[in-house]
Amino acid sequence: MSQKRPTAASPEQTSEQRARQRWLSTLAKADFEDLEALWNNLPAKPAWTVIRPPEIGMVMTRGRAGGTGQRFNLGEVTVTRCAVQLDYGAVGFGYVMGRNRHHAELAAVVDAIMQTPSRRDALERALIAPLSLRHEDSKRNRGRKAASTKVDFFTMVRGA
Amino acid sequence: MTLSPEIKPGFRDPVLDAQSVFRSLLEATARPGRIHTLEGITDAPAPLHPATAALCLTLVDHDTPLWIAPELQTEESLAFLRFHCGCPIIDTPGEAAFALASADKAPALSSCTPGEQAFPERSTTLIVQTDGLEAATGSLTLRGPGIESVHRLSVKGLRPGFWGEWQENGSLFPCGVDLIFVHGTDVVSLPRTTVVDADPEES
Repeated sequence: MSQKRPTAASPEQTSEQRARQRWLSTLAKADFEDLEALWNNLPAKPAWTVIRPPEIGMVMTRGRAGGTGQRFNLGEVTVTRCAVQLDYGAVGFGYVMGRNRHHAELAAVVDAIMQTPSRRDALERALIAPLSLRHEDSKRNRGRKAASTKVDFFTMVRGA
Repeated sequence: MTLSPEIKPGFRDPVLDAQSVFRSLLEATARPGRIHTLEGITDAPAPLHPATAALCLTLVDHDTPLWIAPELQTEESLAFLRFHCGCPIIDTPGEAAFALASADKAPALSSCTPGEQAFPERSTTLIVQTDGLEAATGSLTLRGPGIESVHRLSVKGLRPGFWGEWQENGSLFPCGVDLIFVHGTDVVSLPRTTVVDADPEES
């Protein structure tokens, strides 16, 4: 039963899978208020049924020291997941960190719509692109703040 | 994009609903022949009955191979079981932990696995969808553990010859297949120890 699961950005993935990973990641990392505001601004929304109500669980996160060392368990994080089906059959999944059930459901609905080629571009422009821009911004800000506290230690070389 | 068939929602509260269904099934198995009602699913994927769907959500997961009779395999029922239970769906009832069938085309009990002498719990549990269940008035007489004297039961739509096979199944003890009859939200559970006397005209 053990199937090899492709990890992030493995070469055997199709471009469709990589695209979906990107928007799922954007939806998961987005601020819920931002996502909700953008969602409420959308003109037309399909109806959906919740096939797996949002549920809260734990996921073990793993890391590698320096990105290259042995894999180790970093700790468990709370994750909320949800699955929905749109009225025309597309199934969407939402996995978000934390306990926000609405966030998981909204992420699942957006994932389902993004799988519909005819609606993808409009939604990409209206929702995914602004969210990922905001995320990039906040990442840059955080990086800048951290960088401004950097201290350069230097040692006087004696006897030179 | 892959368009999926409609997937009906599972339990509203997966933990509590599954616990309550499990508790009801436990009661039903402890008192063979009594009808119990399973809550939790109102809108089951055709052609599964609500109680069948509730039993699958409670009992079946990736560790329990499931066999489904061909007449119960629809896009909708398969999508429901794959999504919510994540179970392997297999082709022969002989390897299944659970088997779903309808009463008029129930598989031969000898085609299910009765378990082994050392591991009698590895037998198939057969879930049979019937056209109706009636306690107290039926033509079947039930005896055995969990029944004080006798219970009467009627199972509608069952294929001929079934109770003869059930008698053989009982002789395999401690091995043997367990049986769950379903109609709508009603269930009746017959563990392998229950002895059934059928009226000649109905068997």
